[in-house]
Amino acid sequence: MEILNIDNITMQFGGLTAVKNFELRLQSGELVGLIGPNGAGKTTIFNMITGIYTPTINRIYFKEMDITGMKPDKIAKLGIARTFQNVRLMENLTVIDNVMIGFHLRLRSNLASAIFKFPGYIQEEENIYQKSIELLEKVDLERCKMENAGSLPYGQQRKLEIVRALATEPKLLLLDEPAAGMNPQETKELMCFIQKIIDDFDLTILLIEHDMKVVMGICERIVVLNYGLTIAEGNPKEIQHNPEVIKAYLGVEAQYA
Amino acid sequence: MKKQKEKICTIIALIILFILVYFAQNRLDAYKIRILNLGAIYVTLGVSLNLIYGFTGQFSLGHAGFMAIGAYVTALLVLPPYYKEVSFILEPLIWPFTVIHAPFIIALFLSGLFAALVGFLIGLPVLRLKGDYLGIATLGFAEIIRVIANNLPHITNGALGIKGIPEFTNLWWTIGVAVVTIYIIKGLINSSYGRALMAIRENEIAAEVIGINLTNNKVMSFTISAFFAGVAGGLFACLLTTIDPKAFMFVMTFNILAVVVLGGLGSITGTVIAAFLYNIFLEYLRPIEAGFNLGPVHFPPIPGLRMVSFSILLLVLILYKQRGLLGGIEFTWGGFFRFCNKLFSNKKSTEGSAS
Repeated sequence: MEILNIDNITMQFGGLTAVKNFELRLQSGELVGLIGPNGAGKTTIFNMITGIYTPTINRIYFKEMDITGMKPDKIAKLGIARTFQNVRLMENLTVIDNVMIGFHLRLRSNLASAIFKFPGYIQEEENIYQKSIELLEKVDLERCKMENAGSLPYGQQRKLEIVRALATEPKLLLLDEPAAGMNPQETKELMCFIQKIIDDFDLTILLIEHDMKVVMGICERIVVLNYGLTIAEGNPKEIQHNPEVIKAYLGVEAQYA
Repeated sequence: MKKQKEKICTIIALIILFILVYFAQNRLDAYKIRILNLGAIYVTLGVSLNLIYGFTGQFSLGHAGFMAIGAYVTALLVLPPYYKEVSFILEPLIWPFTVIHAPFIIALFLSGLFAALVGFLIGLPVLRLKGDYLGIATLGFAEIIRVIANNLPHITNGALGIKGIPEFTNLWWTIGVAVVTIYIIKGLINSSYGRALMAIRENEIAAEVIGINLTNNKVMSFTISAFFAGVAGGLFACLLTTIDPKAFMFVMTFNILAVVVLGGLGSITGTVIAAFLYNIFLEYLRPIEAGFNLGPVHFPPIPGLRMVSFSILLLVLILYKQRGLLGGIEFTWGGFFRFCNKLFSNKKSTEGSAS
């Protein structure tokens, strides 16, 4: 089933075209990598999918529904979650609270029953707590659940952010450089973790990453961007040998006479 | 089981509070009761401002405005009709207000509702702003309310204000309202909705992409905050028995803000302590305005000197305790018992070493 259809979108900021005629179709269960040099427009694409920006031209469809111009919170409710390049956690709240916040959008109890702690709400809160603990156990953060999120080491903050995104029960997960700031061991664990959650949570993942070991290791399909344009698309092998990609990353070989 | 125990502790504490209020109301002199009443009203005001500023992170300076709305609504509802005819000298009071009359509790509730309604209407456009800009806009709103009150003589009696409001407010009312406010706002903070508000305070973009509607939640927080400010305004009117627009100048908002910052942003316990300390302190500083001798130096009476010395105290506190008296820490029964245990075991060990 096609889960995401980005139909030829263009994003302009004044005179600057950040992304031009970008096209991408994601099938359910896929793990696709989005790579490109700095400033290629990768994060801009994420911002358009999650509703932070609205594309200047053309539209985005999620499960065949037009989501262009929708508010980010509405898009999150439909089932798209993301992490950020520069981690955005609720730093002064505890680790467990950070995860429990992710469940807020599925809360059924109304405000009054939450304030006066009606049995229905207490039941729901208990469920949310249990589910949050289970999620934290998956990334070994359960033991520091009462610590402030801001006091965690960088690598663990990244994991926590992924867990918080999972708490919103998404169908499509967008990961913006999940391996940045992780050591080789952590990166290896992260790769296993990403592959595991695809099956466990029935996810589709679109991933931005600069660590080529991660991208080449787990992505089935890779899209390469440069200056807002798609310059290549294909499986890891094809991408590695694509002259356009090599040119974008390494520059053109000097021609000697 | 643990929750059960905490509930019992809370009930016992409330009974003790009940007894204390009973004695205070009957035994203390009017001056002390007045200070305690003001302290309790400041608790309501401070806790409600803490909800929007401390927990939701929206810098609002409009509390005096909501208070003014509440005060005028209560005043117009509880004043006996014959009295309204006499006191509106500038221009006669216009129709619906001449006949409406309600018991105190309903007047308070309506004050809250009306302030909340205004808060909702103001909040929708204004809460798009952030930080200082929001502060300026809400400050402007409070000033607008004051100017309106000054210029609607057939409703508010203009600059003369409304006098002779029945003195309904006593410690039962002020402490009772404060307890209800704390209960509701604490209930909100400790719920999923409260977490959503704090998420907005921490990081708006992150909150938004995990499905928290910024506008709805901010407006909800602002409306609830305005409700309690309105109720507090009603209590205030029936405590002073006379209100005029000058009572709701920016200084009023500043007082509440000082209480919240003093107690610690995001700490209800801190706000409660600070509210009473603030009022008691200002009274204790009163003698220095009457002139005093510091060794050989004689200080002449200077009106306003206590505010100056209070500001210095506030400065010192902010320098040494940036996050307020309690710094975001909340009172919990678990923490209370741990503290008692520590105190007790310390005593024991010192006694042991002495013998």
